[in-house]
Amino acid sequence: MNPIAAATVPVLSDAVFALTLALLLICPLAIAGVALINTGLGRSCSASQALLGNLVIVAVAAIVFALVGASFSGTLPAASGSAGFTFHAAGKPWNWLGEGSFLLRGLGSAAPQSQLALLFEFLAVAMAALLPWGSGMDRWRLAAGCASAAVLAAFVFPLAAHWIWNGGWLAQLGVNFGLGAGFLDGGGAGTVHALGGLSALAVVWIAGPRKGKFPKEGLSTAMPGHNAAYVLFGCFVALVGWLAWNAAGAIIWLHAPLAALPGTAINTLLTASAALGATFSVTRIRFGKPDASLCANGWLAGLVASSACAAIASPVESIFVGLVAGIFTPLMVELLELALSIDDPSGAITVHAAAGLWGLVAAGLFAPQRGQFLAQLVGIAALLGLLLPLVYLLFALLNRIVPFRVDADGERIGMDLHELGGGAYPEFVIHRDESYR
Amino acid sequence: MKYAGLLVMPAGLFLALAALVLFPDHARQAAFVICGLAVEGMGLAVAVRGHMLARGARLP
Repeated sequence: MNPIAAATVPVLSDAVFALTLALLLICPLAIAGVALINTGLGRSCSASQALLGNLVIVAVAAIVFALVGASFSGTLPAASGSAGFTFHAAGKPWNWLGEGSFLLRGLGSAAPQSQLALLFEFLAVAMAALLPWGSGMDRWRLAAGCASAAVLAAFVFPLAAHWIWNGGWLAQLGVNFGLGAGFLDGGGAGTVHALGGLSALAVVWIAGPRKGKFPKEGLSTAMPGHNAAYVLFGCFVALVGWLAWNAAGAIIWLHAPLAALPGTAINTLLTASAALGATFSVTRIRFGKPDASLCANGWLAGLVASSACAAIASPVESIFVGLVAGIFTPLMVELLELALSIDDPSGAITVHAAAGLWGLVAAGLFAPQRGQFLAQLVGIAALLGLLLPLVYLLFALLNRIVPFRVDADGERIGMDLHELGGGAYPEFVIHRDESYR
Repeated sequence: MKYAGLLVMPAGLFLALAALVLFPDHARQAAFVICGLAVEGMGLAVAVRGHMLARGARLP
């Protein structure tokens, strides 16, 4: 749809700077929406811990990124003027790690473009660190959640952000190998959502399923979310945040002109709407009635897929992207739970990892540049082939220091009482594990 | 088994990177990058299978 990723970074006018800053200040609504959805999809005896955990993880991720991660992502230039750590292989430079200023020194005097990029990265790291929390709900200890957020914010996210956004080797695929404009990910479908979703898979593997989820005999036990109203209202909140997120990302990372922003917002809405329609239809056909929580997952999957391609695809192409995301979301949620014994209460593995990767593929399919599809495939290979094993290894080591899983008694009485000493709904009778097989 | 699967996955990435370095034309690069992704997929499948076997062994 639009010219993307111009070779030279245009200088931001004051008006564009102000608009981008305003958009970025709305972006936390996307995080709030995901937090509401996560909480609603968990059980009532863990609701308070789940929502507090969302907030604490955002805080930990922001602080650790400021102290450690930002210097590895290389958004603010280092005092030495270095563009990062680079090695040469086969006559090409491979910029694999950023070298930015330590402790955000020089933030005030940095170029406006760099300041906005850094703010975007703060929001992105908060979102990426939040996603595994939803998958570990009802059995993941708050301390372990914070520790994993710190690991993601300090080492893993900065690596991905540098490769994709800050002139790393994936961003340079176009210059070095003639692959389109390099790996494109304006809204963070890979940097944020695929990374967060793959981290969620690592957490689920390490923490194991909730007690009673997979009995020795028979099918897995259904553990529906405790508040569909939270989940569905979270979808509305997330939409507002996502519209701003994708528009801001298009300006900052793809250097889109202002005239491209309405189209980006419309494509975001169309992708989510098509995904919701598809999930609604699939669940209606499969179960006889539409499933509210799966429809919410479908909506969110559409938003995630749009993060990669809303600024690139046309409206019709966006609807196609949403339809595909909406069809595979309920099927993959079912596959993970029933066939692969993966207990993912929030569906983050499907909604964020799978839909994020699909969005990246779609961006390659619909981008006008020659070789763009190949650049997107290489980026996906890097996310899947290097970052998933790295996250799993780091989390497995972390699990030995800060055990992820709560003890059996804590799981029985609920995370609220066990970790916080009080529940979210003290006046209501809550369901405990005895109610499940 | 899970670790074996996870160790195979970076091999897929290196296959994709080797294709970029070794082949000048996009067609052969694409073929090898897709092969690299397939190797990663197989590694992921082995890791998932390892997870299922470990979970089955832990059930009482």
